[in-house]
Amino acid sequence: MNMAIPEVGQALPERQYTPGTVQLFLYNAAIWNAHRIHYDLLYAQDGEGHPGLLVDGPLQGDWLTQLLYDWMGADDLLLAFEYSNRRAAYLGDVLTACAEVEAVEHRDITFTLRIVNQHGQATTVGRATVRRA
Amino acid sequence: MSLLTEQIKGCIGLALPPVRFEVSRNDIRKYAVATGQRQARFLAGDEAPLMFLFSVLMPVLPLDQLREDGHCPDNPLLPELPLKRILAGGSRYQVHGRIYPGDVLVCRQSLVDIHEKQGSDGPLIFLVFENRFENEAGEPLVIEHLTRIAR
Repeated sequence: MNMAIPEVGQALPERQYTPGTVQLFLYNAAIWNAHRIHYDLLYAQDGEGHPGLLVDGPLQGDWLTQLLYDWMGADDLLLAFEYSNRRAAYLGDVLTACAEVEAVEHRDITFTLRIVNQHGQATTVGRATVRRA
Repeated sequence: MSLLTEQIKGCIGLALPPVRFEVSRNDIRKYAVATGQRQARFLAGDEAPLMFLFSVLMPVLPLDQLREDGHCPDNPLLPELPLKRILAGGSRYQVHGRIYPGDVLVCRQSLVDIHEKQGSDGPLIFLVFENRFENEAGEPLVIEHLTRIAR
């Protein structure tokens, strides 16, 4: 099924994430990551000087892909994706994932992506290209 | 004067032995739930989302080999550097195909670049690792370039 090609500047629906300890536990179990900054508050504070438990950087990368997957049709293809974490995100932060069309070339659509915290600071930024079927 | 000695630059091109693994439907389902995924095909484990691949490279080691902070010992491809604090610098993925449960994939990890830049607070060393995920026929499914920064 041919789906509409968006225009440059068009935003995808945002999604808000407020991860809790259960989600951080499940995520780190799923990726087999035992780094204590994600589940041991005393260690995160006293051992590594963080104000709280840290939200994993790659989890935020996954959330950026979720914006795309929620928008893509079944036959659309994710061709490229990149992300980098710019500042720490902590348990209790309200994290909003956003995407905007940066460029359109034929059926290839490039998005700029970001996650911002409740203070409007970007915690993770990225870019992706999707090919519309 | 460059921080990158000939010995450090000589590490470019080093590779780990290939890692072969089978993609499990149950692992996809767990990952999808844990990430708050909404798409039914991922929640059912019918296909793996791209970032699922992050989970398959985490080494499974005995408890007594983990560090006090819970981390695994660092990647053996990481050379001894004059800058000791290693930070994540991001990942870039080229996607050539979808990943399904039952797929048997091979990951080939190598150190493909080391370069330095002057940051606002001093020198930085950038290390770029390539994780090449191939199917059993040797065709690339996903190629990741992962950057780590020493400061």
